[in-house]
Amino acid sequence: MVIYGVALLAGCMLAGLIIGDVLGQMLGIDANLGGVGIAMLLLIFVTGYLKDRGKLPETTESGINFWNAMYIPIVVAMAASQNVAAAFSGGMVAILAGVLAVVLGLALVPVLTGKKVDDASPLESAPTTPSGH
Amino acid sequence: MNDSIVSLVDKYHLIAAFAVVGLTMYIAYWLSRHLTAGRLHGSAIAIIIGLALAYVGGVSTGGSKGLSDVTLFSGLGLMGGGMLRDLAIIATAYGVRFQEIKKAGLRGVIALFLGVLVSFVAGAAVAIGFGYTDPVDITTIAAGAVTYIVGPVTGATLGASSEVIALSIAAGLVKSILTMIATPLTARLIGLDNPRSAMIFGGLIGTTSGVAAGLAATDARLVPYGAMTATFYTGLGILLAPTVLFLAVRAIF
Repeated sequence: MVIYGVALLAGCMLAGLIIGDVLGQMLGIDANLGGVGIAMLLLIFVTGYLKDRGKLPETTESGINFWNAMYIPIVVAMAASQNVAAAFSGGMVAILAGVLAVVLGLALVPVLTGKKVDDASPLESAPTTPSGH
Repeated sequence: MNDSIVSLVDKYHLIAAFAVVGLTMYIAYWLSRHLTAGRLHGSAIAIIIGLALAYVGGVSTGGSKGLSDVTLFSGLGLMGGGMLRDLAIIATAYGVRFQEIKKAGLRGVIALFLGVLVSFVAGAAVAIGFGYTDPVDITTIAAGAVTYIVGPVTGATLGASSEVIALSIAAGLVKSILTMIATPLTARLIGLDNPRSAMIFGGLIGTTSGVAAGLAATDARLVPYGAMTATFYTGLGILLAPTVLFLAVRAIF
């Protein structure tokens, strides 16, 4: 059933967020430390385990794939609810600080990636293209 | 008649948001195909339209949640809010190969630490350049350049003034919004086309909304890799900025 997939996704999310919360508390910070990332890893492992045993029927999968496909629309809604006006009313200090952080971050991507990227191109094997082309 | 339509749309705000976003996507993909011949990805255009609408909404209502502060579009706040966004981000991990993550894991962790440090230093340098000399002010603005959550949390911990905290939030918002727009435009230049560079990108930039939208606009298949590292970034920033990094700033000034 489709709901099994959605429930699996929700369960991984809740478990990940709880772990992230505990991690944050252990380090004494008032924040969730990587809960979403942990949830992603949980989903990868749990679905991998179920798939290997043939316990992940297509209908269950479609419950996860629906939310996967909703990702870009959700991001568009997120963009539309950003506080863009405040970003531009912060003055030059805020704008320059933000711009410099992005420019330096982007510039460092190729530095850290290194030249040897031939072992890192599994994109054609991706199961879905959420944008729907 | 008009009133009843407005109140109906307001009552079914999430459903209205689905329709509005669907229409936006349709227009964006149409523009992508016919005006840019597919060179600028439809999702990139949709995100830019979203940001433009958010600006209009913010200016016209004076609220802090972009277009979703307009009553008719309040569902956008729920649809694009943290809860559904994180659910969808996690869903993108379905089908990801763990080996790819393991292979880039160490570089991803290095990228995380370097990313927080570089953004902090960039913010601090700008703050100092504009004449701030109080270590609390410098640290708060610098933390804002990490993310718009790290900034106010750090400022609150250190007891910064509300103007400086507002400034740090603005710096983080600029970073997030610029990431959404600049990522698809620079992706080819910085080699952002494989899981490894996506994980490094997520660690270096870190601001979740920026990374999420930036990668969506570049290649949606890269999203899980970038999001994976980026979700640790804000936590790491909150851990480092008010402690180690603040002490470092205070030692210098």
